[in-house]
Amino acid sequence: MPGEESYSEAFSRDELRLASPAQVDSYRGFIFACLDPAADNLYDYLAGAREYLDLVADQSEVGMKVVPGQQSYSARANWKLMPENSVDGYHALPVHQRYFGFLKDSGVDVKNFGAHQRALDLGNGHAVIEFQLPWGRPIAQWAPPFGEHRKAHFDTLRRRFDERFGKERASLICDTSRNLVVFPNLVINDIMAITIRTFYPISADYMEVNAWALAPIDESAEDSALRLDNFLTFLGPGGFATPDDVEMLESCQRGFVNREIEWSDLSRGMQSEHPLTTDDLQLRTFWRRWNQLMTQPEPIRARNAA
Amino acid sequence: MSTVTLPTRQEVEDLLYREAALLDEWRLEEWLEMLTDDAIYQVPSTDAPEGDARNTLYIIADDALRIRSRVKQLLGKLAWAENPHSRTRRMITNVRVVGVDGDDVLVTANFVVHRMRYETVDTYVGRYDYRLAHFGNTLKIRERRTILDNEALRPHGKISFIL
Repeated sequence: MPGEESYSEAFSRDELRLASPAQVDSYRGFIFACLDPAADNLYDYLAGAREYLDLVADQSEVGMKVVPGQQSYSARANWKLMPENSVDGYHALPVHQRYFGFLKDSGVDVKNFGAHQRALDLGNGHAVIEFQLPWGRPIAQWAPPFGEHRKAHFDTLRRRFDERFGKERASLICDTSRNLVVFPNLVINDIMAITIRTFYPISADYMEVNAWALAPIDESAEDSALRLDNFLTFLGPGGFATPDDVEMLESCQRGFVNREIEWSDLSRGMQSEHPLTTDDLQLRTFWRRWNQLMTQPEPIRARNAA
Repeated sequence: MSTVTLPTRQEVEDLLYREAALLDEWRLEEWLEMLTDDAIYQVPSTDAPEGDARNTLYIIADDALRIRSRVKQLLGKLAWAENPHSRTRRMITNVRVVGVDGDDVLVTANFVVHRMRYETVDTYVGRYDYRLAHFGNTLKIRERRTILDNEALRPHGKISFIL
């Protein structure tokens, strides 16, 4: 450093160096940074979300990778609308009708919903929805747009999952889609492809969003190309769905400027023992944790963490 | 040696300006007629402008079927990000005929596209790479790659129209 002698003896390089996050840890290859030294360790923090990261990580025998190419976008809306949107099943049909129209035109029987669907509170503000839709999952669930010639290949992929995990868990991994929010700002949607999404508030009414595609490291070049193609039918700022999500969040934000609107009604399914993806349990899970952190006195928070 | 007759820059400019006008006027059915039956339309991610769509995540990588579906959606009522349609205004410049590949002609051009909606203006800046195919006396668009100079879609948030 030139001219260091111009400073007094009190000068400390250590004080000026780049800060490190208080905690860095990983789970199944997902690396998390945390700025709060008093926070739970990652394993405990993830709580029930671990199972859903497992269902993603188990899709490869050698590991998953982030595909090159980052979708860097934004929304002129409060950041808390992104976790809402990412796990809300209620908006899917009205907001994404154009996408389902595209699927139908591609030969997919869009009414062919599977029986399994639920919404779960995973603890610590994390939540997930699980469901079955016929959009085709590149991991091992064939759909008509993939082409007849790939059917046998998909059967082979699927048999390997049956061998590795047994039929029940293999079905959960392959046939079930899931939208996961890890509180506060990580989304992993394992749907017609897998996207990882993070989002950051820049101001009360503007957020930045980064999204990536996740894929098995050992996937063939042809399967990988199919996965990315399927990804873009729905996901990302040029897909047939995400632009409309961004539009809806921005429309909501414009509505919220009206200060007479004090509440969003998220009461769907409060009477139900088995909340569905179209209920609001998953949204309440996020907001309750947020509210708890925002309103509880600091000393109690520190004691909880100790 | 290629026997392809290179179009003049003016012929190529006429094509690109006509395309820009059709897109700005939302005459998307007519725009489709400017494309070959095997046309592709691609927008790479902003951090991987030269990546290959087969192994790199793009923003848009439409084959001809998807282009047609996109147009159908945009002309329908359910593409909320474009209902009502935004206003767009395209500036196409620096048009160059850069070579041939087989019978096709390779063209690049610079663009500035403004999108206006809800009294905000989002500006997309970049380069077009075209592959044009000869059909009798006319040229059609076989490939259309929109390579953004914007480092991120911020604050744009989306590419909801044909860029």
